[in-house]
Amino acid sequence: MGELLELRELTVSYRTSEGPLTAVRGVDLVVRSGEIVGVAGESGCGKSTLASTVLRLQPKDAAVTGEALVDGADVLTMGWGDLRAVRWAEASIVFQGALHSLNPVQRVFDQIAEPIRLHEPRVTTQELEQRVGQLLEQVGLPRARSRAYPHQLSGGQRQRVMIAMALACRPRLIVADEPTTALDVMVQAQILDLLQGLVRDLGLGMVLISHDLSVLADVCDRVVVMYAGRVVEVGPADELFADPLHPYARALSGAFPRIGDPAARYAPSGLGGDPPDPRWLPQGCSFAPRCPHAVDACRAEEPPLIDFGGGRAAACIRVEETR
Amino acid sequence: MTRTVDRFLEAQRVGVEFTTRGGSVARALDGIDLSVGRGEIVALVGESGSGKTTLARTLIGLEPPTSGEVLVDGAPMDHSLRGLRALRRRVQMVLQDAAGALNPRQTVYESVAEGVRLHRLARSTGRSETEIVAQALSDAGLRPPERLFLRYPHELSGGQRQRVLIAGALALSPELLIADEPVSSLDASIRGELLALLLRLREELGLGVLVVTHDLGLAWNIADRIAVMYLGRIVEQGSTEQVLESPRHPYTRALLSVVPEIDRLEPVVLTGEIPDPTRIPDGCRFHPRCPCLLDGSSAAAGVDGDCRSTPLEILPAAPGHLVACHLDAKLHGSTAPGAGLFTDS
Amino acid sequence: MSTADVPLSARQVTWRRRRLATRRGWGEFRRHRSGLVGLVVLTAFVLLALLAPLIADAEGLEASRATGGVLESPSGEFWLGTDERGRSIVTLLIWGSRISLLVGSLATLISMVIGTTMGLASGFFEGWPARVLFRITEWFLVIPFIPLAIVLASVLGRSLLNIVIVIGVTGWAGTALLIRSQTLSIKERPYLERAKVLGAGRWHQMTRHILPNVMPMVFANTTLTVALAILAETTLSFLGLGDPTRVSWGSMLENAFSVGAMTTGAWWYIVPPGVCVVLVVLSFTLVGQALEEIFNPRLRRR
Repeated sequence: MGELLELRELTVSYRTSEGPLTAVRGVDLVVRSGEIVGVAGESGCGKSTLASTVLRLQPKDAAVTGEALVDGADVLTMGWGDLRAVRWAEASIVFQGALHSLNPVQRVFDQIAEPIRLHEPRVTTQELEQRVGQLLEQVGLPRARSRAYPHQLSGGQRQRVMIAMALACRPRLIVADEPTTALDVMVQAQILDLLQGLVRDLGLGMVLISHDLSVLADVCDRVVVMYAGRVVEVGPADELFADPLHPYARALSGAFPRIGDPAARYAPSGLGGDPPDPRWLPQGCSFAPRCPHAVDACRAEEPPLIDFGGGRAAACIRVEETR
Repeated sequence: MTRTVDRFLEAQRVGVEFTTRGGSVARALDGIDLSVGRGEIVALVGESGSGKTTLARTLIGLEPPTSGEVLVDGAPMDHSLRGLRALRRRVQMVLQDAAGALNPRQTVYESVAEGVRLHRLARSTGRSETEIVAQALSDAGLRPPERLFLRYPHELSGGQRQRVLIAGALALSPELLIADEPVSSLDASIRGELLALLLRLREELGLGVLVVTHDLGLAWNIADRIAVMYLGRIVEQGSTEQVLESPRHPYTRALLSVVPEIDRLEPVVLTGEIPDPTRIPDGCRFHPRCPCLLDGSSAAAGVDGDCRSTPLEILPAAPGHLVACHLDAKLHGSTAPGAGLFTDS
Repeated sequence: MSTADVPLSARQVTWRRRRLATRRGWGEFRRHRSGLVGLVVLTAFVLLALLAPLIADAEGLEASRATGGVLESPSGEFWLGTDERGRSIVTLLIWGSRISLLVGSLATLISMVIGTTMGLASGFFEGWPARVLFRITEWFLVIPFIPLAIVLASVLGRSLLNIVIVIGVTGWAGTALLIRSQTLSIKERPYLERAKVLGAGRWHQMTRHILPNVMPMVFANTTLTVALAILAETTLSFLGLGDPTRVSWGSMLENAFSVGAMTTGAWWYIVPPGVCVVLVVLSFTLVGQALEEIFNPRLRRR
């Protein structure tokens, strides 16, 4: 029990002018309360599609199969009334790019109050002011900031407002899509601290999506690494970062060097090539064209997620040889 | 003043002031001494608002300094049209936003050839334009270059765009490349390759690089020296090993402690953000956020008064590990760091 | 890398790129049905105007040689009847299309050149010169067109060239405003900064970066302006300010009005030139809108 979010075999595809594009391919994911689960991957790997599908915010023309259970109820099949209740009150989402997600001509107060007004029409103005004030304090902003317009806030403060909005209806699950991208290291550290504190204090469940594996390793309990729409590795965050099994996860973890590590001095590590176009996935393992360890067997068949014990699994047939 | 060979581009007490709409004066750069030598990779590190991009723009002549001056190979930078044109051949810059820095209506070929045409390099070097463009593209790691000639920016991946920008700069065979956040917009797996490219260009072409970044890991990967900026000043500089392995300024220490991979440091998350450059604090400009002042270690050393009221000297562009901090000066025995070393400018 | 490996010269590269761009643009245009319809109608009118001497004998324009009666209604001989001097309306329409299209295109050319130059300059430069140019643009924008055109036309005299000048000189302000706003937005793009870093001067920045990026807008705007210019020509001719020696759709309408075709029920004298004006203006607008949508990604539906 306590499974706030469970994705089963989730697959999302779009129709494009150049043929179908499968952005997410058979993803399984479980988030319990009090837990932060990280989703790592590069642009185009399907992580943002995954985030929006959890609240059925994917584009209308997307074809979705599998299940997305929020508190046991399948978001993908429920009626509009139930879906409205789930959005905000059960689960809410913090998008990347706080500058563009806030309405520039509305005060912070009205933006945070809006979801509360929608979900609890009988709330009084006094209560509302009380609630918004509390929310702002919860995200580390002074109450007086509720009178401000978005342009009067710094990037970090705007991201805090976004988090306050997400918390407005007391959800139990938060999906944060790149919440610290475009923020400075110090502000990023502040926001990550805040998110960790909220999960701890309010017993929330959180999906944290980022391209930066080192950030995820720092704040998450478990991490899922995605490549070309598939999960290629799952595991406890620190183990996965320190000793990745999948060669792609290894490349991601190596991209952010440990400062002080003589091996990384004058030796940045990286992969050649670009991620594949999801419309033209290569035969077999989709990572094989960029993989330094690929053999013929890799190109023949897409490897399944292989269990390595201790909650760790990787979709690679050559883990033992390359470790 | 004696001129040493390893100071190709040098900022001397450079200040840049803006007048804001409200009429107050913002000091984006408030006295910068910095030098970059030939074949040297220097990382300029700081948060947004520290003035690092303004410094980069000043060093390439896009922003005239309101005080101090920039020396190119020992001679003051000529801000006339002709002077700047000549400068562009020697110093090039790769802008931060690779997606926006390429004209969407120009092919890769035209974008890379632009500088070649502007400086009529085909005539002066006796090589054909196509040859120079192809060479620059393959130097930037785009091989075979001909395949990309007719592509438009939107048909390229982020890493390719960044390489095209680098190729456009390399086509002029500059001596120094200024790279503003060269990998921040790129995917993690591409990042290493691009950094390796910068190292290789230094190796093969003797190119000096000034990397502007907020990413300390990047500096560890490629930089010989690091200068840490805070609110328009350099607060610490030295070799990469010195600055990153034994940081002395509390700001550098805080920056390092929040880098996720570093477990050995207790995270010091500073509260608040860099103040507005229209209101630079008195004394040490970092004092309102300084963890050492907050936890009483400055007071214990008896420098808390200085921190709040005595301004610090500008760090000179001299070799060695230099720190602009009252507490550090007290603990390491030297008085106001760098005082008197660099008075003629 | 040796030159032998390089299969293309710089000129070939440019040529190929142009061909690709044209093909892509045409491919997109073909998907706009309304734009295509406009293009077909327009082509028909342009052909009509070009082939006028072959289709309709120019002698039919001379009242002395007219064979029909006064305001004869449509018949087998005169498909659309005759005017008050016995000339065939069809012949007048065909020859009139020449003047209407000619005046429309020439006037547009003038206002495009003035508008683009003013817009680019007032957007690209800073300080008082830009402000002065912008004030002039605004000034031309708010002056009522008809009175200004009447004054200009009566000062310059009634001739074809003068009517072109009058329309061109009064109609550029809208274009200038559009180009100025585009220029202002392109000026802030990072690729202009990149050009500066590469050593580009103002002339290079304007001609190589700003102009190519505003040109598509100019192009789309041109077709819309032609429509307005043709309407303006019709209006001025209707008011009797056109060249009295030449037939245009506007002058046909003026004549029809003055001989009282309205009251006598000679609809064939009024309706056909009116319909022609509407058709040409409408098809120019349709083509213009399609082009605008292709060139301006913000209008494009995803």
